[in-house]
Amino acid sequence: MAGQLRVYRRRIRSVKSTQKITRAMELIAASRIAKAQSRVAASRPYADEITRVISAVASQTTVDHPLTTERPNPTKAAVLVVTSDRGLAGGYSSNALRTANELVELLRSENKEALLYVIGRKGVGYYRFRGRPIEADYTGFSEPPTYADAKAAGEALIERFTREEDPVDEIHLVYTEFVNTLTQTAVARRILPMVLEETSEPTDTVPPLYEFEPSAEDVLDALLPRYVESRLYTALLESAASESAARRRAMKAATDNADELIKTYTRAANSARQDAITQEISEIVGGADALASAE
Amino acid sequence: MPMRVAIVSPEAEIWTGEADRLVARTLEGEIGVLPRHAPMLGVLVNDGEVRLKTGGGDVVAKVDGGFISVTAEGVSILAEQAEITTGA
Repeated sequence: MAGQLRVYRRRIRSVKSTQKITRAMELIAASRIAKAQSRVAASRPYADEITRVISAVASQTTVDHPLTTERPNPTKAAVLVVTSDRGLAGGYSSNALRTANELVELLRSENKEALLYVIGRKGVGYYRFRGRPIEADYTGFSEPPTYADAKAAGEALIERFTREEDPVDEIHLVYTEFVNTLTQTAVARRILPMVLEETSEPTDTVPPLYEFEPSAEDVLDALLPRYVESRLYTALLESAASESAARRRAMKAATDNADELIKTYTRAANSARQDAITQEISEIVGGADALASAE
Repeated sequence: MPMRVAIVSPEAEIWTGEADRLVARTLEGEIGVLPRHAPMLGVLVNDGEVRLKTGGGDVVAKVDGGFISVTAEGVSILAEQAEITTGA
């Protein structure tokens, strides 16, 4: 029937225009992965250097700094979750949130209360909808994050950790690690109290014996917050790269699906057209027969 | 014999190269670093300046906060924010 055919043609048009959008988003996300990766690379010299300096300082001082000391009876933990501001990125945000929920469960089983700090509108929406209290949220910079954004969140967390009254005893970070363009894994890491990470390259050399200016304590006081912020910044950059990679994959799947749909609808439309023609012919033939027999 | 100097911020490497002399301001005061200086770790003042004397002229960088780390391999300036104001 002609009406059927029109419906199919309209569907095909609509799927095609959606496909244009998803293909554009796929291409944009692909170019953003490269940019995000170069940002990760650009941040590496600073992160490596600060890690190297911190391990050198830690290995030669016996200073007990509050940021590195384990609290005797931890009862409160802050969990910072990194999600995206925008959707259409496949399972990106929900994977991070699932990992965060597992971590919260784990903390609860250890009798620690978990306070939520959320980065990204998706995470904020998720917890708001479920009526879970959020300590603080930071939104609007999931792509691309700047160091100032990491610093803002880092300072709030360090303040919460070091303050006298009602402090948190641990700070955990949940973000999405960028393994490669196909694999991104949501991971949970404890950032405070700090466990010093060894640098990636094996160090056979003994770290240099530093002189401190003004003193070891002052240097460590200034250095440790920067280290936390640098870790946070790296996590934000990795998450941004992962978000783009997840979005690219989701949009590629959507584009492929649209191709599939267009193919199906085109076939259906063709057979509808044939049906319509066949019916028209048989109507004409039938009409002609009727006229002939009437004479 | 010049020393290797790197000025890095979290977002990018600002400047790397060889220098014959470096002057920076730490919390204790101005400090000059020549090649083969003893290992040192210092806290830089906010809104300070790092001056380098290189073979190709002087380089001045505005550095806001951060650290100076002097090792046998070279000098690293870890700044939260830095920009080159003169020289390249």
